[in-house]
Amino acid sequence: MADFRELGEVVIVGAGVAGLTAAGALRRRGYVGGLTVVGAERHAPYDRPPLSKQVLAAGWGEDRIRLRVPPELETAGATWALGEVATRLDVERRELCTDRGRTLPWDGLVIATGVRPRTLPGRAYSNVLTLRTVDDAMALRDALPGARSVVVVGAGVLGCEVAASARGLGLPVTLVDGLVTPMLRQLGPALGAHLGARHEAHGVRLRLGVGVEALEGGVRAEAVRLADGSAVEGDLFVVAIGAEPDLGWLEGSGLPLGDGVLCDDRLRVAPGVVAAGDLASWPHPLFGRRMRVEHRFNASEQATAAATNLLGGDVVHDAVPYFWSEQLGVRVQVFGDPSRAERAELVAGDLASDRFAAVLRDADDAVTACVSWNLPKAGPDLRLRVLEACAARGAVAATP
Amino acid sequence: MRLRVDRDRCIGSSNCVVVMPDVFDQDEAEGLVQLLDDSGAGHDEDALHDVAYACPAQAIEVVEGG
Repeated sequence: MADFRELGEVVIVGAGVAGLTAAGALRRRGYVGGLTVVGAERHAPYDRPPLSKQVLAAGWGEDRIRLRVPPELETAGATWALGEVATRLDVERRELCTDRGRTLPWDGLVIATGVRPRTLPGRAYSNVLTLRTVDDAMALRDALPGARSVVVVGAGVLGCEVAASARGLGLPVTLVDGLVTPMLRQLGPALGAHLGARHEAHGVRLRLGVGVEALEGGVRAEAVRLADGSAVEGDLFVVAIGAEPDLGWLEGSGLPLGDGVLCDDRLRVAPGVVAAGDLASWPHPLFGRRMRVEHRFNASEQATAAATNLLGGDVVHDAVPYFWSEQLGVRVQVFGDPSRAERAELVAGDLASDRFAAVLRDADDAVTACVSWNLPKAGPDLRLRVLEACAARGAVAATP
Repeated sequence: MRLRVDRDRCIGSSNCVVVMPDVFDQDEAEGLVQLLDDSGAGHDEDALHDVAYACPAQAIEVVEGG
């Protein structure tokens, strides 16, 4: 087992919430060696969830979304290499190369470069935006007021929040997705439809259930062409069709890559190498299968576990996945893995009061996730229900 | 050392309540965080920092010296 006293230099690649949390956890657990955080963006670490909510809709600036720097980091210190992009990793020689021509040696490495937004095929247009970074959010915020209409492609969490924020500014908004309800993979069909009704009630036009093929236009994009040959015209387009792990710099490193960086259940990738955040794929002991979770809570929990294990700890990452969304006056929170949900069953409150909690069941009628809708108080009970369902499935015992 | 919570930032994730039910609670009306014990007595400092950094809304802060 590694001992942190043997680590003279740790490099963290990625300065988002996972990278920052890992840095703080390393110091908190007594690591006193060199610590460098390499971040592709020029910004000090900031929080992404508010980008599609308060930054777009409530005028929050960068000062309000900055991530708190742990006091241990300020006292023991870290070297920040912001605006510097990792380009290549040599695992054997334990070196990281960057776009500034630097070679950083490391004894311990934390991989936390996150994901980048998927784009639609075809050429780039100035009126087609994606949203991942604070720069993206500022560009979108600047573009919205002058837009005659907004077409949001992708009705996942991000697309729904962008549509809600744009609608809140009074703009005509169309939400387009090949799936039949908004947030289908996050809420299941019944609650997805419930959310869809909410969007329609607020004047968001839904164009769902027909696949998206491409953007069309001349100098500017003018429409999104759908699989049935129809088109949705618009003035400003936001593409929110998911994201892909940022793995380019790891090609040729010999590290196990697939849908993300493939870790073990303790987030170890190779000797002296751990990963955390949106790009880390690990066998989740509760669900008995490999998962990759692109949510804020997972990033910080995973980073704490990964940092602990880099220092020779032995922490299995088994947190119940959690995310929340805020849109059109609804705060929805989801615990567990809703991606296979087929049926929803109310366990508290009722739809009419707009405050309720539900369990989501898969094709085998097993509970895979729970949802609270304007009912945060249900959280502890819902988390427990997910844990109980996992235990009942025996996945816990079956996972080494 | 003492704990401080920001109810304007809190989103009611309930993570802190699950981890330290003797320190954190959620109010009945909104389900947002309430401190039961701002000293975090009975928990070591690392655990208090961990629960603060686990908050997905940055609504919990460990204030040194206070």
